[in-house]
Amino acid sequence: MSMEIEAIKDPGLPAHVHRAADTDPKAAKKAERQVAILFLLSALGTILLISTFFFISEDTFIYLPVLGNTNAYQLFLGLGLAASLFFIGMGAIQWARTLMPDEEVVAERHEFRSPDEDRADFVATVKDRAGQAGLGRRSLIKRSLGLSLGLVGISPLLLLRDLGPLPKDDLTKTSWKAGTRLVTDPGDRPIRPEDLEVGAVAQTLPELASGEKRTLNNIGKDAVLLIRLRPEEFNLDAERLSWTHEGIIAFSKICSHMGCAVALYEQQTKHLLCPCHQSTFDVTRAAKVIFGPAARPLPQLAITIDADGYLVAKAPFTEPVGPSFWERSS
Amino acid sequence: MTARERIAGNVASYVDDRTGAAKWMKKNLTKVFPDHWSFMLGEIALYSFIILLLSGTFLTFWFDPSQREVVYEGGYAPLEGLKMSAAYASTLHISFEVRGGLLMRQIHHWAALIFMAAIVVHLLRVYFTGAFRKPREFNWIIGVGLLTLGIVEGFLGYSLPDDLLSGTGIRIAEAIIQALPLVGSYLAFFAFGGAFPGESFIPRIYTVHVLLLPGIFLALITVHLMLVWYQKHTQYPGPGRTEKNVVGYPLMPVYMAKAGGFFFIVFGITAFLGAVASINPIWLYGPYTPGQISAGSQPDWYMGWLDGLVRMSPPLETHAFGHTISWNILIPGLIVPGILFTGMALYPFIESWVTGDKREHHLLDRPRNAPNRTALGVMSLTFMIVALLNGGNDIIATNFHLTINQIMWFSRIAIFVLPPIAFIVTKRLCLSLQRADRDLVLHGRETGRLLRMPSGEFVEVHEPISPEKAWLLTQHEQNPPLALEEVDSRGVRRPGVIKNKIRARISKANAEAVPKVSVEDLKEIEHH
Repeated sequence: MSMEIEAIKDPGLPAHVHRAADTDPKAAKKAERQVAILFLLSALGTILLISTFFFISEDTFIYLPVLGNTNAYQLFLGLGLAASLFFIGMGAIQWARTLMPDEEVVAERHEFRSPDEDRADFVATVKDRAGQAGLGRRSLIKRSLGLSLGLVGISPLLLLRDLGPLPKDDLTKTSWKAGTRLVTDPGDRPIRPEDLEVGAVAQTLPELASGEKRTLNNIGKDAVLLIRLRPEEFNLDAERLSWTHEGIIAFSKICSHMGCAVALYEQQTKHLLCPCHQSTFDVTRAAKVIFGPAARPLPQLAITIDADGYLVAKAPFTEPVGPSFWERSS
Repeated sequence: MTARERIAGNVASYVDDRTGAAKWMKKNLTKVFPDHWSFMLGEIALYSFIILLLSGTFLTFWFDPSQREVVYEGGYAPLEGLKMSAAYASTLHISFEVRGGLLMRQIHHWAALIFMAAIVVHLLRVYFTGAFRKPREFNWIIGVGLLTLGIVEGFLGYSLPDDLLSGTGIRIAEAIIQALPLVGSYLAFFAFGGAFPGESFIPRIYTVHVLLLPGIFLALITVHLMLVWYQKHTQYPGPGRTEKNVVGYPLMPVYMAKAGGFFFIVFGITAFLGAVASINPIWLYGPYTPGQISAGSQPDWYMGWLDGLVRMSPPLETHAFGHTISWNILIPGLIVPGILFTGMALYPFIESWVTGDKREHHLLDRPRNAPNRTALGVMSLTFMIVALLNGGNDIIATNFHLTINQIMWFSRIAIFVLPPIAFIVTKRLCLSLQRADRDLVLHGRETGRLLRMPSGEFVEVHEPISPEKAWLLTQHEQNPPLALEEVDSRGVRRPGVIKNKIRARISKANAEAVPKVSVEDLKEIEHH
């Protein structure tokens, strides 16, 4: 505080003003009644809860303004519980506000800092005891203890090894092979080109060999989106164009950004949009990223038809699907 | 002595014989707590935590944290016969067959949202009033830790039901782990017990959600409260309130009744929300499968800013030497939040370095009297709000008929432009408020009464403000900036010139203020 300028003085705590209930027994009686009423409302809340539990069936629906069609059982159970708790609180606070002493009390703060001699004593004690243990002198003990403590830290890391397998090529391989049929998801039906009209989208998965079981892990890598355009609408190089079949193009459905399912297809603009972070991919240009945080196009799956006329993969994916990882090379 | 008093006395002596607690209790039952509405914010967080423990325990009796595939045969017809995880099926069971189960689920989720909101608002109160200053820096750091753990705990909690929405959230978390350079794919495979989604993750995060993190919460909250108790609460400035005292109401009975009552009110309101406001209706989302998603996928609000940052990130990825670094994930998902939270945790030390103030503070600041701090707070808040809004850009786009691209570009620019503007505006506002305080003390309150002078002139009558008010408006300190000389008394340049220059510069900006009214100023006015 700048000392040259005299500051305005602290007038001190204002005089205490009594409440009506402090001086008027009638007001006090009224306050007491108010508190009691609040506590009784809480009791009514519990009664509402109990009656709901026993007398309202769980599938009763009632229509209420704002809430709409509401399950009466859940609603009244909750309202009963809410009232039983809320009014206990209101009662207690009304009690404190009207009838308990409302005169402010002043307490002094104590200093946290220990007196200087205690601090000095503390340092001396630590030094003395550490000296007794020979912590400073016996460097062999100190170093070997340091070594063993450091090594002990390794064991939990090692013991946690079986949390999971090593990634190996799991992030880079999918179930798609040359000749794998594309089947609908759900339904597992093979698809002919003529099943898809121009503008249509289909969710597909690789066909399972008999006896195989599809896991969520498979779906997480194998999900493929089929989109049919007019062949002239594509804006692809010759190689990528050869990966399409009669205007049908196939992309991994797993977003190249963070792995969400890229499920929103805008027929007018021919854009695919990921609902998680709004990365937008242009279907006509091999799912090139045209907006949002994704840095890579969706991997394209080369497709053709087999002897029976069903859509099949021409080759496996040429790059890993899904979000990036350190070992990914492109 | 009545019989009741005798029994109570006997119980008390029985306990005291064995613990010696009477002395401590006697002292602490009369402990004084200052009264202010903003001191209830931390209480709301504490009470929500208790509600979370109670409702969460209820849910564990039926929840089956397993990703084993089951076929649903419960009471909810639209999902009948569908394959799903046991976790999702048991959450449906709690929602539809366990009596009060849906209510408890909703209370649990609402309590989690209120818990996080209360922590954030409590943190803002502590920040803007300077309550984190010495000796309360430890409690500030514990608070930042609780906020961080709260975000993680909340995320794990809403991930447990394994519905389509929460599974998508886990997918994103996995992508963040996987994006870490060097160790990412290994860590992801260890966390998930193999490839995503696997069958291990939900059982594992269940242990973390119901045992590990609540245990850490309990420990940290205990220390947090013990420090508040021991250091005594801060108080707002005002007549009779000094750095050396604490003015308020005694623990017994007033504070006990108020705080205890307030617990029931918070519980009651949470139960009310659980009864009338549907939250996270997982049966509408369906079971998780990585091939599907619902439009408008949103995390809970306390994760929304993080999602918003990820959404607005530019598509940056480095491919070199056969490796990939995803800056579009690492920067918004880890680096920026890391800087923000570290900066927040260290703020008390940064401020004390700038001001050179190493004294204890128990009287709170009025935010306007610390313009730089207030402005920095509003600036950070603006950053967070832009990020949070962008986290809901799809929802905003559909509701306000905008395109997502417009909102995204707005956010990408606003996240850099708006925070500095917020800083400048807030600082100017604080200084204006200081000027208004000064005017009020010097010239009194405008009464709105007009007087016509004999000369025909109209004047408004000003009424002097009360001595209490005048004290409140002038009690704060106004310290000069640090004097950091470049050369010492013997003309030798000090080490760390650049550091000192920066420090002096910030210190100067920090000390900017409208001079408060002194007695001399008032005397001068009287002379006129």
